[in-house]
Amino acid sequence: MRLKERPKWQELLPGCVIDEPGNSVNYKTGDWKTLKPVVDKQKCIRCGTCWIFCPEYAYEEDEYGYFNPNYDYCKGCGICAVECPARCIRMEREEE
Amino acid sequence: MKRVGIEVSIAIAEAAALAEVEVVSAYPITPQTHIVEHLAELVANGELNAEFITVESEHTAMSAALGASLAGARAFTSTSSQGLALMNEIVYITSSMRAPVVMALANRSLSAPISIWNDHSDVMNERDTGWISIFANNGQEAYDLTFMAFKIGEHPNVLLPVMINFDGFILTHVIEPVWMFDKEEVKDFLPPYEHPYKLDVDRPTSHGPVGLPDIYTEAKKQQEEAIRNSRKIIDAVWDEFAERFGRRYRAVEEYYADDAEIVLLTQGSVTEAAQVVVDEMRKRGKKWGVVELRLWRPFPFEDLKKVLCNNNIKCVVVLDRAISFGGQLGIVMSEVRSALYHEKNKPMVVGVTAGLGGRDIRFDEYVKMYEIGEKCLKEEKEPDKVIIVGLRE
Ligand code: SF4
Ligand code: SF4
Repeated sequence: MRLKERPKWQELLPGCVIDEPGNSVNYKTGDWKTLKPVVDKQKCIRCGTCWIFCPEYAYEEDEYGYFNPNYDYCKGCGICAVECPARCIRMEREEE
Repeated sequence: MKRVGIEVSIAIAEAAALAEVEVVSAYPITPQTHIVEHLAELVANGELNAEFITVESEHTAMSAALGASLAGARAFTSTSSQGLALMNEIVYITSSMRAPVVMALANRSLSAPISIWNDHSDVMNERDTGWISIFANNGQEAYDLTFMAFKIGEHPNVLLPVMINFDGFILTHVIEPVWMFDKEEVKDFLPPYEHPYKLDVDRPTSHGPVGLPDIYTEAKKQQEEAIRNSRKIIDAVWDEFAERFGRRYRAVEEYYADDAEIVLLTQGSVTEAAQVVVDEMRKRGKKWGVVELRLWRPFPFEDLKKVLCNNNIKCVVVLDRAISFGGQLGIVMSEVRSALYHEKNKPMVVGVTAGLGGRDIRFDEYVKMYEIGEKCLKEEKEPDKVIIVGLRE
């Protein structure tokens, strides 16, 4: 959103209170990253360690029990790649 | 209302109890200790139905008060000097998160050298933290203003924390006659506290979120408007109190200002001392007066102009009780001077500093302050630096 379209000071609630629970899903932080995690499903053992460690709760479990990063929220910190016991997450440059 | 001889600290604690505070979160520090000690006693005895949180530091005292206030509880804390300095981080956050905590601040100088005695360096250090800041100059005022602080801060159009300043030892440890209310009398004066966005599992809210560069500026503007607008509520609360109980409080108090040539501008307990000096010196033909800047934040620009630019006041000597090192020295002086900058018939503004770290200001030293004003008038020159009265050199 462009700066001009953001709320005016009169429109903010006192103390910047957020009164709409869970509205952080509307705020996509995915464009902050320069590296993105790519999971090699051949090697993945579906342990869920990435899902536990991700500070952005970006991993989602699919119907086959695999965990896939949601790039709308992943900030590219690389924690999952370090923690994955199967070493099957590779951090790739965004533009590649 | 009953008039009792009472230690001012105890009276301040009783004012918080009268407001039926629900959470007291405080850490003892001289010269504030008796306030929280008495509140702890009231809670322990079952006379006050409040949660008394014994914390491990002032930083936590303020944090817990902030959380309690946002959870919808009437919260109170009290501190002094180093305690306030340690709170600083959360002091700023409390006003920014719009939590109407009330703080009784027993003014004490900041270390080093270590000093437990009175001046205003603690409050001046917190000048820009966004709290409503009010000075009391005696025990009665400290009692009344502490009680009224809840009504001001909690008003839905305000939602800001309020600090009541009173001089450490000079007031806190002195037994004064104070008119004290009983609960019945004030029952409908202070409405129950309702934060419109309190923490509530049935209606979840998030407090203290990140404000990226696209929001922070607007958030600060909103906060600045809030404290500026609080002035209307401050006046309304003080007016209602005057009508109901007969004691009137004004943002700027005057003593013989209407026909004085020179006035001393004061904050806190030195006000009454200066009034005694004026009484005596008027007998000796001196047209002197006293102006007290009771309301420190929001700064009462218009009131001050009205009182000081009244044609007969030629010089205002501003007595500062703290120093801004490497700046103008006098913090209050520089604010008063700039507040009057655009006025046509403004008086000469002269800065003096005295009473640092608990040093008493003697009768002849007050006289000296006025005489400095006389000298400046004669020479038609505002001094380019603040004069420290009572300094050995
Ligand atoms: S890179 Fe960081 S943010 Fe992105 S999925 Fe991995 S742990 Fe989560
Ligand atoms: S941590 Fe590695 S192996 Fe475990 S589920 Fe995530 S990607 Fe698969």
